[in-house]
Amino acid sequence: MLAIFPSAVPAILPEILLLVLGILVLVADPFWKKDESRRAGLGWLTTCGLLAILVVTIFLARPGSESQPFFGGMLRHDWLAFVFKIFFLFAALVTALFFVDTPPLNRRAESYFLLLAATLGMCLMASAADLVMLYLAIETTSIPLYILAGFLVRDEKSTESGLKYMLFGAMTSAVLLYGLSLAFGFSGRTGLAELSASFVSFTPFAIGTIFLILVGLAFKVSLFPFHFWAPDVYEGSPTAVAGFLSTASKAAGFVALIRLFTTAFPALSKNWTWILAVLAALTMTVGNLIALAQLKDEGNIKRLLAYSSIAHAGYAMIGVVAFSEMGIASTVFYLFAYLLTNLAAFGIIIAISRVGGSDSIASFKGLSRRNPALALMMLVAFLSLSGMPPLGGFVAKVFVFIAAVEKGWIWLAVVGVLNSIIGLYTYLTVLKYAYLYRLEGEDEERHPVPLSRPRALALAVLTIGIIMIGVIIAPWFRMAMNAAAALF
Amino acid sequence: MNFPILSLIVFLPMAAALLILLYKPEQKKAIRMTALMAAALALLLSIIVYAAYDKGAGGYQFLEQYKWLPTLGISLKFGVDGLSAPLILLTGIVMLTGVMISWGLDDRPREFFAFLFILASGVFGVFASLDLFMLFFFYEIAVFPMYLLIAIWGWIKTREYAAMKLTLFLFIGSLVALIGALAMYGASGLHTFDMLLLEQARFPLEFQKLWFPFVFMGFAVLGGLFPFHNWSPDGHVAAPTAVSMFHAGVLMKLGAFAALRVGIMLLPEGAKFHMKWIIFLALINIVYGAFIALVQTDFKYVIGFSSVSHMGLVMMGFATLTPEGLTGAVMQMFSHGVMTALLFAAVGMVYDRAHTREIPKLGGMVRPLPLVAIGFTIAGLVSMGMPGFSGFVAEFPIFMGMWKTSWLIAVIAAVSIVVTATYVLLVVRRVFFGRLPAEYEGRIGPINHLDKMALGLWCVLMISLGLFPGLMVPWIQTGVRHVLALLGGG
Repeated sequence: MLAIFPSAVPAILPEILLLVLGILVLVADPFWKKDESRRAGLGWLTTCGLLAILVVTIFLARPGSESQPFFGGMLRHDWLAFVFKIFFLFAALVTALFFVDTPPLNRRAESYFLLLAATLGMCLMASAADLVMLYLAIETTSIPLYILAGFLVRDEKSTESGLKYMLFGAMTSAVLLYGLSLAFGFSGRTGLAELSASFVSFTPFAIGTIFLILVGLAFKVSLFPFHFWAPDVYEGSPTAVAGFLSTASKAAGFVALIRLFTTAFPALSKNWTWILAVLAALTMTVGNLIALAQLKDEGNIKRLLAYSSIAHAGYAMIGVVAFSEMGIASTVFYLFAYLLTNLAAFGIIIAISRVGGSDSIASFKGLSRRNPALALMMLVAFLSLSGMPPLGGFVAKVFVFIAAVEKGWIWLAVVGVLNSIIGLYTYLTVLKYAYLYRLEGEDEERHPVPLSRPRALALAVLTIGIIMIGVIIAPWFRMAMNAAAALF
Repeated sequence: MNFPILSLIVFLPMAAALLILLYKPEQKKAIRMTALMAAALALLLSIIVYAAYDKGAGGYQFLEQYKWLPTLGISLKFGVDGLSAPLILLTGIVMLTGVMISWGLDDRPREFFAFLFILASGVFGVFASLDLFMLFFFYEIAVFPMYLLIAIWGWIKTREYAAMKLTLFLFIGSLVALIGALAMYGASGLHTFDMLLLEQARFPLEFQKLWFPFVFMGFAVLGGLFPFHNWSPDGHVAAPTAVSMFHAGVLMKLGAFAALRVGIMLLPEGAKFHMKWIIFLALINIVYGAFIALVQTDFKYVIGFSSVSHMGLVMMGFATLTPEGLTGAVMQMFSHGVMTALLFAAVGMVYDRAHTREIPKLGGMVRPLPLVAIGFTIAGLVSMGMPGFSGFVAEFPIFMGMWKTSWLIAVIAAVSIVVTATYVLLVVRRVFFGRLPAEYEGRIGPINHLDKMALGLWCVLMISLGLFPGLMVPWIQTGVRHVLALLGGG
């Protein structure tokens, strides 16, 4: 099957198709009637296109067991890249479904195009094996996301969030670029694998380089202390975009970080794993504690989820700290479980805020009577976030803890465990609003929470997915193991 | 391996829960019937397992194993030994009677039974699992629905507080134990979570001494061991009747059982080293729990603290590490499970009619509710360890085992028997005898047939086990022999 393509095509097959789809959407736009009911077609076009790309990628772009370089070492085609590309395509697919009936995102072809462009950048981030390529991929991802975050031009908060995201992003991007140029200056090379020869001892130069690069990537995955942008940006940007930011964009940061640190600096792993371990512990703790402080009636649920997503970056980082095949596999698995779960959580928020017109935690009141099915999905999503079996979040957490304990990072596992408990309290309190509290003095039957078809479809897929990866673990874990094996 | 009866038992309630969720919320009758049928079927299956267990052969029987995640050595492995067979039976009994008692529940019964059955699945899963990972998996499934069951259907005054407290306590405990379990997984070098292999792993002494407290105490939180018993009375009181029954009757046993199976059986040397102070904690449970129960004025808190006291006996039985103590402890788990289910059901029946649980405001309930009074009195007799009832068969060996280890502690613990007798008799007199307050005259309705059947079933069990200990003790002894072998000949 592959013989009909030039051998390099599978390595960038999803990227090519994403570009084609993006152009298609832009071209189709003027031909579509301006009335809103027809505009949904644009969303369905994107969704179906993404589904097709996903299927094609899975069947035609599957890598072999060996990691192969392409385009003069710019990209690598391996399981790590493949697995993450599937994550990104899936997240984009779900996000496009969320866009379909969210005005004004669904009225403009630009929003879909930007989504596709960001996804393209992420796919490149997953396979980038060269400093230049990596930087280009990161920028290709970030710039469309800045625009998407500020997409609601008439909404002050959205504009603020777009601007804030861009300023922070540009700043850390500059720092990252400085770090990358130091790495180049230090070694005279840009290929990640070749860099490793120059980073063998822990000199001040190496420390500086690693530190600067870490700042840039820590921003993408919102590690403490580079997490400050996340709550403001999530709160202001359209909810569907916030969901995409908190999942796909974070996963993209992770894959870049994993590939960079494991291929370029393996000899210094003793040192940077310590830095990452401390950061992971702080990230979990700060994220969970501040999320706890959001728990009040008028608290903003998107802010809460922003802090919780910061905390989750900390858990996922535990696997990287373990720096073993099991560790990386557990991080990949964690990110997958987290991606499904958080997308579901944001989808639920979209459905509720459409009715109540606000993102306050109080708007969840009486949900179990207003829409039992939605409440049940929320139960699944939030329990998975808190790490309860038989849902994805539980297995994922146990895996990162196994990886940590195996490598002797017991204190980190203990910090993780303590944090899970704080997290559990937070998520349970939100669930309490849905299941326990009632609308004051009103009949819930008269305030239903309708669920439009695209959203219902997306949420059903996500809910089933969360349960599936929690129960039938082996195939997903094998995928994660393959991804990790590509690095070691 | 033939008919997969254990998987059937474990997954039947889960399947029933999903089935129940498919009904419309208004089809309450159909929902209850489905729940009753499923529970009856689960009990039938657990009776079959119990009866078919070959106590002559002993060991683990009905073994089933399915690959789940071979890369990490996790498999779905079920099996029953002499320790878990009675507990599976107990779960079946409590599940069926729990459904019978909750027949009148009218607020969202669909969700109630669904959550209750998911919990039951988790409980069966823990008792039947022979894989450490799966044990945790089911353990969490058993713990979590409690939160919703208490928070949604519980006693309105304390339910939010109690549900959250309970969940956090148990979650902390289980995660602490999880870290210990992962350490075992890492240290064994066998790359497996299979407990039958881990039993033979012979961990180094230092390792066992270090990790035993984590694993044992982590699980003992659910067993209600002092000083981590605090969640339990609050939880019991806030929970709706069927959930209190499950909670005290089965869930606390889950903690004790997991502490035995994972703590003592996998880390026997650690157990020997640490048992000295665990005996003290258990002693505090027994005596302190009994005294606190004595001074309560809330009917349900009395039973709640009596559970703490009785679970202390279970822990003490474990801690003796003698054949008598262990046998008595497992027997006590069963006997207490049945007894406490009855006690909580009786409290619920009185409360549903009188709408108060304040003991001074109650009285004379024997006239309108004669069967409840009889049942409560029998359970009270079991609770104080009267010969001829199952409680005696359980408590006597525990004290015997304790005497062997330290006669002084046995004597102190025996004080609790007197205290227990006092509070049980006081409650019986104040609630069931005396004068019926005028406001209740003619307003206390009778209990329905399902309630009567449940009461009858419990009483028959407690009396028949008291008269014929041979119905259960041989099962337990085969299990205990295996534990003692792991402990090094005992």
